[in-house]
Amino acid sequence: MTGGAMFSRAAFNFTPQCGQVRNMATLKAISMRLKSVKSIQKITKSMKMVSAAKYSRADRELKSARVYGGGAKVFFDKADIASDDKSPNHLVIAMTSDRGLCGAVHSGIARAIRAALPEKPPGTTTKIVCVGDKSRVILSRLFKDQMLMHFNNIGKQPPNFTDAAIIANEILKSGYEFDFAEMYYNTFRTVISYRLTVQPLFTLENLSKAENINIYDSLDEEVLRSYNEFALTSLIYHALKEGACSEQSSRMTAMESATKNAGEMIDKLTLTYNRTRQSVITRELIEIISGAAALK
Amino acid sequence: MAFLRTARVLPNLTRQCMRVATFQNNISRGYADMSFTFASPASVYYQGANVKQVDVPSFSGSFGILPNHVPTLAVLKPGVVSVIEEDGTQKKYFVSSGTISINDDSSVQILAEESARLEDLDAEAIRDGANRAAQELVSATSEQAKAEAQIAVDCYEALQKALH
Repeated sequence: MTGGAMFSRAAFNFTPQCGQVRNMATLKAISMRLKSVKSIQKITKSMKMVSAAKYSRADRELKSARVYGGGAKVFFDKADIASDDKSPNHLVIAMTSDRGLCGAVHSGIARAIRAALPEKPPGTTTKIVCVGDKSRVILSRLFKDQMLMHFNNIGKQPPNFTDAAIIANEILKSGYEFDFAEMYYNTFRTVISYRLTVQPLFTLENLSKAENINIYDSLDEEVLRSYNEFALTSLIYHALKEGACSEQSSRMTAMESATKNAGEMIDKLTLTYNRTRQSVITRELIEIISGAAALK
Repeated sequence: MAFLRTARVLPNLTRQCMRVATFQNNISRGYADMSFTFASPASVYYQGANVKQVDVPSFSGSFGILPNHVPTLAVLKPGVVSVIEEDGTQKKYFVSSGTISINDDSSVQILAEESARLEDLDAEAIRDGANRAAQELVSATSEQAKAEAQIAVDCYEALQKALH
């Protein structure tokens, strides 16, 4: 047996048996690979289950958050409030989370911001607020000097109104007097699709300069300020919810296709494994038979 | 003679009644314009619904909203929002804070930070919470903690008032 193996190794370059020798060596490698792919499949499958459960909750909560965010937007639409993108201080908010493995949800946002920043009119400065580690990792490499602040620990738990309030509060008291602000987030559409949305945010000054603001009765500075701060929080809350739902749905589809791909790989590897095993057996039989025949 | 007079008056009366009836019809068509949205982060109570009247507590004083109210913005204070629906039933909700916007197309949005149906409130829990908040107000040292505790106390007071 050993002799046979040694012989064939010596004849490595000449006989077609070489493939079989290598096969024998790879039989172990194939089975190891098979095992690892199988455990990866188990992981992706359970991740899919987890995100499916999280998605169904996020989807349920999104329904009321959508009404809420929509309600906050109505006034800004009706009063025709606009901000001028020529004004010097810009603010960009990137709504992502800490967790990866969810397709292009986060990189899509980072890509859009990366494309938008050089397009800003000259003479303006832009500061970036990153919500979630993912956007920070991507954007801080490119726009290191423009990072204003970042928030992490987003995405473990479903976002709630307090999170939005903390974010809004930190932005307002950061001391950066922006006059043109945009928030980038993903709007959930279906399980397999989401759309990048850019939501303009308004400052108190934008509000008081709007043309239609005069039709609103009995407004004083204090009411308008409180109103605007609350509206900002509501919009951030809505964006967080939309983002969370897109993320979970996207992770669900990503993990589903990963499971499917792992399944295909397992099929192929099993086939190769069995074929290799078969040929090893055949070869060993040939060795035994030819050895016995040589002894006659 | 008296009978005759009644007979003469009657058609007039009916005509008047009819006028009143058509007038009311006009109003109810006016109601269709009031698109009322009332939501909190966790729940949606009304979405573009037609209602007769909404009473809200705001920092500039409590007021009622009827269709075609003058456009305005206001900030909610802790208190009871009562909604009179089209069929006349009145529903009451407690709100902690939030915003009211009334636009020129008679759409009304009330966004509350937290809200609950009045019947869902637990008197005992409120009493406990009120005591805790009062203690916190006493023990608060920094300016911000004091303000926060004061808000909690105000909110609990409004809750207790809402139940009685």
